[in-house]
Amino acid sequence: MLTLLALGGCANAEPWVKPYERQALADPIMALDPHPVSSAYTHHVFEAREGARGARGGAGGGCGCN
Amino acid sequence: MRAAAPAAAAGATDVASPRALIAALALLAMAHPLALRAAVLPEDRADVLYHRYEGGGVTIHGPSVLVRKKMAEKYAVSANYYVDMVTSASIDVEVSGASEYKEERDQYSLGFEYLRGRTTYNLGYTHSEENDYEAGTVTFGLSQDLFGDLTTISMGFSKGEDTVRRTMRDPTTLARIVDPAFEEDVERWNYRVGVSQILTKTLIATLELEVITDEGYLNNPYRSFRYVNPADDRLFALETEVYPRTRTSNAAALNARWFMPWRAALHGGYRFYTDTWDIRADTFELGYTHPLGQNWVLEAKYRYYTQDRAEFYSDLFARRDQQNFMARDKELSTFNSHTFRVGATYQFAAGDWRFVKKSSFSLFYDRIEFDYEDYRDARYSLLPSDDPRFRPAGAEPLYSFGANVIQAFVSIWF
Repeated sequence: MLTLLALGGCANAEPWVKPYERQALADPIMALDPHPVSSAYTHHVFEAREGARGARGGAGGGCGCN
Repeated sequence: MRAAAPAAAAGATDVASPRALIAALALLAMAHPLALRAAVLPEDRADVLYHRYEGGGVTIHGPSVLVRKKMAEKYAVSANYYVDMVTSASIDVEVSGASEYKEERDQYSLGFEYLRGRTTYNLGYTHSEENDYEAGTVTFGLSQDLFGDLTTISMGFSKGEDTVRRTMRDPTTLARIVDPAFEEDVERWNYRVGVSQILTKTLIATLELEVITDEGYLNNPYRSFRYVNPADDRLFALETEVYPRTRTSNAAALNARWFMPWRAALHGGYRFYTDTWDIRADTFELGYTHPLGQNWVLEAKYRYYTQDRAEFYSDLFARRDQQNFMARDKELSTFNSHTFRVGATYQFAAGDWRFVKKSSFSLFYDRIEFDYEDYRDARYSLLPSDDPRFRPAGAEPLYSFGANVIQAFVSIWF
């Protein structure tokens, strides 16, 4: 809860990467999950054959560029 | 308890009973990934994918269709249909004395997203069905942008309920039927939190934590462990596995993506995993994405995975009743895998079709090499003892295999 409050208090902090400085991050090749249908299948392949599961890494994606 | 492996290993023998369960979890996220995205709903998009996995005597292929559509920039719906068509004559099937089997799994997912201010809420349902397994999962999640959209935090919760069945030969007709005397349940809870952080103008990183708890019938009803044959210690006998009825796992993943000075992207990731079955795993990933001209994007990736065995796993138990829990599922053994990927995406020129903003075709190929450190190729001790290739139980060569995975898909943005 304290963490959330702390985060909330900083919500209006000045971003150190300004919106107009995010061209590179907005490039489609920087999408964290450019092909959701493919990444879900790939995770399925691994999770079916490995003991580990969860925190699949890079699920979702985006950078606040829009 | 059966004295030997079922001649009727017609179910999910090689791909583990957790296969269907895990698949449900993995694919659940298809429509509702841990939403590490900014307060913008995903683009209207449709993907049609064909997948094919071949390795270790197993072929699994089928389609996956995913459609996402926004409404009034505030709501979005998504739907996914996914099929696994399995043909298996894996090492487990061979060792159990069963013959090749075929089965199919169908999965449907439906998702809904609502954007309000800088917060996105999502709700989803996934249903997966095969002749001897059924799984349903409900997911809820939200994500919130902070610090001028430099940071996105997200959290999610899923609840799943599975029904495990088993098939058998009808004693009179010999047709394969669902065993009316066997039905078990599994309940699952997933808790996820994540943060996505823009670090510099060219670097973004994500951190995810996920806790999963399962309770119920967690083994595969077709799978057996093996123990030294009391009548001849060069041979083995089989018995149905016994698993604990609970499992809780913790996973943490850190990923980063870096924009290179020559318009290319480099990404790396690490995942740490541990669970109450004593499995510990590490996953490392390194990838490179390189656009070529106006239309092509090329990708290459390497992934290394390593894990230690579950506490109750053994390739060969000394006795049939050696301990309370006994497993010989190679997914619970000590092993590592290397994955090499190459892929290419071709983007078609826009404007040819009226309702299509852009479209692309992608082809990905993965080669996966699995090397087991305490799972032996039991087929060698099944040979006649005068065969020169015969090896006594417990002294067979270690098992390893390679798999080829192909994905071909068309994406349309509309």
